[in-house]
Formats: sequence, C-alpha cells, structure tokens
Amino acid sequence: MADVKKMATREGYGKALVALGKEHDDIVVLDADLAGSTKTGMFAKEFPDRHFNCGIAEADMMCVAAGLAASGLTPFASSFAMFASGRAYEQIRNSIGYPALNVKIGASHGGMSVGEDGASHQCCEDFALMRSIPGMVVICPADGVEAEAATKAAYAYDGPVYLRMGRLAVPVFHEEGFQFQIGKGEVVREGSDIAIIANGLMVYEAMKAGQALAEAGIRARIINMSTIKPLDEELVLQAARECGKIITCEEHSVVGGLGEAVCAFLSENCPTPVRRIGVNDVFGCSGPAYEVLEKFGLCADNIVKVTRDFLGK
Amino acid sequence: MTAQQLQQLSITACKVRMGIVKSTHAAKCGHPGGSLSAADMFTYLYFKELNVDPQAPQWEDRDRFVLSKGHTAPGLYAALALRGFFPEEDLLSLRKIDSYLQGHPNMNTVPGVDMSTGSLGQGISCACGMALAAKVRGKDYRVYTLLGDGEIQEGQVWEACMFASHYKLDNFCAIIDNNGLQIDGDVAKVMSPYPIADKLEAFGFRVAQIDGHDFRQIEDAFREARTVKGQPFAIVMKTVKGKGVSFMENDAGWHGVAPNDQQYAGAMAELSAKLAELEGK
Repeated sequence: MADVKKMATREGYGKALVALGKEHDDIVVLDADLAGSTKTGMFAKEFPDRHFNCGIAEADMMCVAAGLAASGLTPFASSFAMFASGRAYEQIRNSIGYPALNVKIGASHGGMSVGEDGASHQCCEDFALMRSIPGMVVICPADGVEAEAATKAAYAYDGPVYLRMGRLAVPVFHEEGFQFQIGKGEVVREGSDIAIIANGLMVYEAMKAGQALAEAGIRARIINMSTIKPLDEELVLQAARECGKIITCEEHSVVGGLGEAVCAFLSENCPTPVRRIGVNDVFGCSGPAYEVLEKFGLCADNIVKVTRDFLGK
Repeated sequence: MTAQQLQQLSITACKVRMGIVKSTHAAKCGHPGGSLSAADMFTYLYFKELNVDPQAPQWEDRDRFVLSKGHTAPGLYAALALRGFFPEEDLLSLRKIDSYLQGHPNMNTVPGVDMSTGSLGQGISCACGMALAAKVRGKDYRVYTLLGDGEIQEGQVWEACMFASHYKLDNFCAIIDNNGLQIDGDVAKVMSPYPIADKLEAFGFRVAQIDGHDFRQIEDAFREARTVKGQPFAIVMKTVKGKGVSFMENDAGWHGVAPNDQQYAGAMAELSAKLAELEGK
C-alpha cells in the first residue's frame, strides 16, 4: 500500500462539477470566497457565467441557493465544512431542509486533517448537525475517485445533499469509473472476527489496520460507510450478526456522527458491542495533518490497538 | 389610477383585513399587527402588480413574491384566498392541526406561496436567488420580497443587499414595512435600523420612500422600479402597525396576539362599516 496515488476528496468534487457542467446547463455553483480551496474554481474557469461568488457571506449563500433551486436550477453551494454546516446551519435547516429544495452543499476542509489552521477550522460536528435535519442526505467520501462519483450521484438525486470533503490528499483505492450509490456501504475487506465501519479518510486507515490485524491472525471486515444518512442498515445488521463486534471510525466527534448512527440502529435492532473511534468531545489543535490525526487517535495504529483490546487478543 | 380602481383596491384591502382578523381570531394566535400594516401592499401586489395565475400557481414564468417577514402569513393568506388561490373559508383553519395553512408560509402546502419563510432575514436572500435564476435562465419575471423594519436588524439582510447590488438584480424589488414597532417595542429603541433609505442607497439600491397605505404612491413606486436598470430597487413604506382596526393601531402589543371574541366583534364591526362606506351602501 506504499506508493498509492493520492488525491484530496475536494479535488474529486471539483472535477465532477466540471464534468457535470458540460452535460447539464441547470447546474450553477456558489462559493463564499474560497473557490480556490473548495475547488469550485475549476468550474468557475470553465463556466464563468454559472459560478457566483457570494463573498464571505455563507448565510446569504445558502438561501440564494434555495432561491435558485426553487426556480428550477441545481445549485452546488460550497465553503469550508465549519462555515457551510456551522455558520449557515439554520439557513440550511429552514430554507433548504424544510422546503426540501434541491440544493447540494459541497463542504470541504472537514475534520481534523485541516491541520495547521487549528481548532477554529477543524469542523468535527457537521455530520451531527446535518444528520439532524429531516430529509438531508449526508455523504463523506473516502477518496478522490469516490468523491467525484458521489458528487455526480448527488446531482442525479432530487433533494438536499451534504457532501463532506477533506483538504488533505489521501490514498485513492477506488478504481476510475467507480459508480456511487447513495445509501449503500461497501465492504472493502472481508472478515468475520470484527467489523470496522469507517468513512472519509478513516477508511484507508482502517484498511491499513485490517492488513496489520491480519498479520496478527485477526480477520477484520472493513466497511466504507460513506453515506451516513440514510445509513445502509442492511449492511450494518449483517456485519453485527456475522462479526459480533463493531468498531466505528470517523474524522468527526463521537457525538452525533457515524458511530452514534450505527449505535442507535443496532441498539434497537440487534444489540451489539460497539467501540467508537472519533474525536472524543474535544477541540482540535494546529499541526501537520497526519500529526494531528495521530494525536487524536485517528490513525491505523490506534484502530489496531482498540481492536485488539476489544477482542482481548 | 382611476377613482374606480382606487375604490376597488380599497374594498379588497378591507376584505384582506377582515381575513386577517377572522383567521387569527379562529386560530386564537398569530400576528395581526404586521399583517394589517402590510395589508394594502399585499392587496396591491396580488391584485395589480404581480403577474400570477391562481389556476397555475407553479407557472414557470410567473412573478415571485417572498414574504421575508413570514410571521405576517395571515395577510398573505388572506390576499391569496381573495385572489382565488384557495377557498376563503380555509382561512379559518389557520394554524390548526393538519391545516395546510401553517403558522408561517410553507411553499409545499400553500398554493401561491413561492418560498417557505418564517426565520427572519432569510427570505430576502432566497428572493435574490430567484432573481438571479431569472437572469441565468433568460426569463423576464420579477421578484418581490417584503421585510419588516425589525427584520432588517438581521445581518443576513445586508449580505443579501450586497448580493442584489453586486449582481445588478434589476428584476428584484425589496419592500420594507416601516411600521416602527417590533415585539419588544419601538424599533428605534430596541435596535435602531435608521436611516433605512440611506443604508439601502449606500448598498446600491434605488429607493422610493412612500406612504404604504396610499395606493397611488405604491403604484408610482412600482412603476419607477420597472424603469431602473442595472441596480436593485427598494421601497421603504411608512405604515401603521395594526392599520384599519383602531384599537390595534400603533400598539406593539398586537404584534403576536389574536383578538378575543369581544375584540373580534369590535374589529369586524369597524371593518364592516368601512367596507359598507367604500361600497357606497
């Protein structure tokens, strides 16, 4: 797994917007002075007449997107996850979620891997915020290729979608041409001693952990659960029944994210011991991305440690 | 505007006011004060200004209206019902369980409502999006939005004003209902939004300042709005909160309180007398 190609999920998002823009003239893209960072700048270059910078005004941007969607266009509105989901939460809730408008929110720079910018920009609460809005689809792709496919799937879907992307270039393990299905998880490694359900950049960390565990004789099933809502309940249920123990991994707070979604489902349908790996209800800090991730246990080594402890092996 | 047109609009406005009083009385709650201050504007919009079709509320090329001050839904609903978007008797179901007439406008349940609103400051941005969509799609419909003078304390309103001006939305018209009162009292004392017109001009709007209860002034302002190119238009209208029901006028206490049975009878008697006078009976 050493020399894998790397690409940030935001890069896949930008590529998909350009591809979609060529095929569909109903697509318009909004940004809040971060077009270079969110990668909507790629779309702006190709389609300057359909890219609208809203300035540093995320609240206005989300409602402008709502108005565009109410008038027959398909807007993608982008900013950093912190400001898209946090600053504009109530605008998304009331002007996009409540009327169920066809707005796609492309949020980049999610999670701890923002790195040096530190806690003010390390959004680890967006899954919780967005999941709580009725009808909102929440997706966090694991690599650039999946992000590209997920963006296209979000366009094809009629209704509000929150796409969470990262700043960091991460290993690509999906094949080019991968087709994304909203609400469908993906088993990326077979096993039945334990199931590790992850999303975002934690999927690759879980895959590395899976390899290390295999060398120690533990066969872990690794699942990429990129759609947090709606959750692929069938796949979770199957993993619980066949593996008996579950670990969730996400670059998000343990409060309100993938881990809680899995726990909530299992506790009502198939009570199963679960351990959650995520940000333990604390704020982040500055530092190089991988050092920050390691400090907060968002890495393969910690997944291995938690797994062995959980299994008592 | 002919004397006959003026008389007709005045009659309709009186009926809109009766609809507001009836529906909030039936609901035992709601927001009559700001609905009544904007009743003449609702009337003018739906009976003169807006290019809409009650038989085809979703018609693609219609003019759009976004009630940014969504709590004054009783005024909007009364105007929509009188215009034929839905039966007038349904106004009595306002705010009741399973009614499509929600406490604040819902675009997916009420025919003629173009945007779900209620959280102040958001409607104007949504309206900007609709106006921008017309530009992108090469459509010539116009977009109107009505805001409260308390509502413009929301920072988002000014983000939207920057946006409208930056993208030269000359198909966009923002109307500010300057009735001078918000829930906690005088807007100037709670958090002064004044001078409103100067602020809007500074943000790039052409502004008309009018008496919001004078149909001739409303007509002139909308006429001027259509002549302006390359910049958005705003109408700052001075109004009386509770206008038309004497005991509700200029009293912040009537912002969000419904009339009881006795008050209802008094209000309806006053409006009925006014209607009879207007109809020359």
